Amino acid sequence: MYLKHALRAATALTFVATAAAHAQSITIATVNNGDMIRMQGYTDKFTEATGIDVEWVTLEENVLRQRVTTDITTKGGQFDIMTIGMYETPIWGANGWLVPLDGMSAEYDVADILPAMSGGLSHDGTLYAAPFYGESSMIMYRTDLMEKAGMEMPEAPSWQFIKEAAAAMTDRDADINGICLRGKAGWGEGGAFITAMSNSFGARWFDEDWKPQFDQPEWADTLNFYVEMMTESGPAGYATNGFNENLSLFQQGKCGMWIDATVAASFVTNPDDSTVADHVGFALAPDTGLGKRSNWLWAWALAIPAGTQQEDAAKQFIEWATSKDYIELVAENEGWANVPPGARTSLYENPEYQKVPFAKMTLDSILTADPNNPTVKPVPYVGIQFAAIPEFAGIATQVSQEFSAVYAGQQTVEEALAKAQAFTAEEMEAAGY
Amino acid sequence: MARAVTTRRKSLNTVLAWAVGLLIFFPILWTILTSFKTEAQAIASPPLFLNFNWTLENYAIVQERSDYMRFLWNSVIIAGGSTILGVIIAVPAAWAMAFVPSKRTKDILLWMLSTKMLPAVGVLYPIYLLFIRLGLLDTRGGLVVVLMLINLPIIVWMLYTYFREIPGEILEAARMDGASLKEEILYVLTPMAVPGIASTVLLNFILAWNEAFWTLNLTAVDAAPLTAFIASYSSPEGLFFAKLSAASTMAIAPILILGWFSQKQLVRGLTFGAVK
Repeated sequence: MYLKHALRAATALTFVATAAAHAQSITIATVNNGDMIRMQGYTDKFTEATGIDVEWVTLEENVLRQRVTTDITTKGGQFDIMTIGMYETPIWGANGWLVPLDGMSAEYDVADILPAMSGGLSHDGTLYAAPFYGESSMIMYRTDLMEKAGMEMPEAPSWQFIKEAAAAMTDRDADINGICLRGKAGWGEGGAFITAMSNSFGARWFDEDWKPQFDQPEWADTLNFYVEMMTESGPAGYATNGFNENLSLFQQGKCGMWIDATVAASFVTNPDDSTVADHVGFALAPDTGLGKRSNWLWAWALAIPAGTQQEDAAKQFIEWATSKDYIELVAENEGWANVPPGARTSLYENPEYQKVPFAKMTLDSILTADPNNPTVKPVPYVGIQFAAIPEFAGIATQVSQEFSAVYAGQQTVEEALAKAQAFTAEEMEAAGY
Repeated sequence: MARAVTTRRKSLNTVLAWAVGLLIFFPILWTILTSFKTEAQAIASPPLFLNFNWTLENYAIVQERSDYMRFLWNSVIIAGGSTILGVIIAVPAAWAMAFVPSKRTKDILLWMLSTKMLPAVGVLYPIYLLFIRLGLLDTRGGLVVVLMLINLPIIVWMLYTYFREIPGEILEAARMDGASLKEEILYVLTPMAVPGIASTVLLNFILAWNEAFWTLNLTAVDAAPLTAFIASYSSPEGLFFAKLSAASTMAIAPILILGWFSQKQLVRGLTFGAVK
């Protein structure tokens, strides 16, 4: 009798243990930003619907980049989903490191993803990462200061106008800088900005034979214009300012204009954090009339590393997190201004979202960015504020350090460009280009 | 007169010591203060020192978003385990170098220290691959071994310095009395070097607690310590300074408290043998 009970108990325990062992769990590596953190808060709804548990590894952007790169290149298998950007996706996709995101369900509606986004997250026409949110860059400006300066911001201004407006808005006594721009070293910081700006001046990183182009006059024009404008109207110490520093200055009313990521629009118009929330206008990033504007294109996207044991569960999560339903879930709970922007066409067709003040300019900025044709002259690479080759991150970090040294007054534009040319040529030659 | 000068000098020294102490402590104080501000107050210019609306909101958000206790427990295990393992290996090594030196002892010591000069990232891939092969990725055991190896040169150096201050004749006497090598190290040498060992343990515990390269690169979920907890609140695109400060305060609080209570021991150990 006793043995019978014991056997029954053991069988029951075995069933429980087996069920527990079969409970699926996926691990996601992601960046720390408002939209991603918000998504973590809604993960329970995904688990309720599918029974799949989700473990999050949230890291600072640069740490995450190093962490996931190490893991995917060594096939470490620590993550089932990785949050990566437009720079990594085509390179990793080409190397066979990512699972192609084909075979998504009909309800997911892949065709609804903005073409600029799906193009930047694909290799040879195959989508390797689904955009969670996308961004371009645009001008955010103080409408009250612009009015006070007696000027009117066009919807698509030129760099010359921006320079003149910045000078007119600058009031050193009142601690107001006409313009705030990134100057911080780093390929994703000041390097991204100056590369996007150089596109509008007709510059390019490489010619069609992969020869560096820093010895061409377009780069000197770009840097001279930037330094002159920032010296005249920029904040002190702009050589070390990145996104956060400029956001902080703008929110405190110390910038007349700020050209940066479109996602910043929701921060500067949020009255809880911004002292100038009611006086912010938007315009397209400037140009010089050569046919290219200085806006970039970026997306934080979810990708599945090849070799994961949880491919189906990972795909299920990506479908959920980047779906139209998820956008509606966030809108329902937190308002349309807080939904992840820049990924789906249907979002911008939604009359409710069209009421958000920065929605139209964000879409227009994204639509004018073409990563496959980023420069005035032809180039062999894909990417606007980067060139999608593995060597770029290292080279651009070094080059942007040289540029930041110019902004800090430590060397001349000519010296920095000569060093950038020599360093890039050496690295590209060593890499076999 | 001489007495007046001495008193004035003492006062001056005290003021100077406080000034230097405050200067060193100021970044920590600022982090703690920022953790009680709103995000808007955290970036206010001019900065707000004490005149702001104090809030516990950031701690509540951090507590809700992260499993602090899991990160804390991992930190305790990793820092404690690596320190204990390091001391167990380093005591006999330092004994041999201090009391039975060879012609190459100094060279060995310098070579051990030179391993600290290699940038950690230089061996990231070999160690990562090794960890994959051994199944040690995202395990506390793996990190205990790595951090022990990283800090071992410092532990050996510190213990070697302390052991050299102990007269060899005492150990000889123990040997004459029939003590075995194990007994000599355990019952004669170790009790005499307690202040030195204690400060070595404390210093290495702090070093292991603060280590942020290997702990971030070799962990994911299960073994992630407080360094990963802090890293999850840092962002180059978005102002999360107040929340980051709250997370930092929670991460450094245990080690600050430990340091506060053991400062006497730490100072005694660090100045051991400084004055003869």
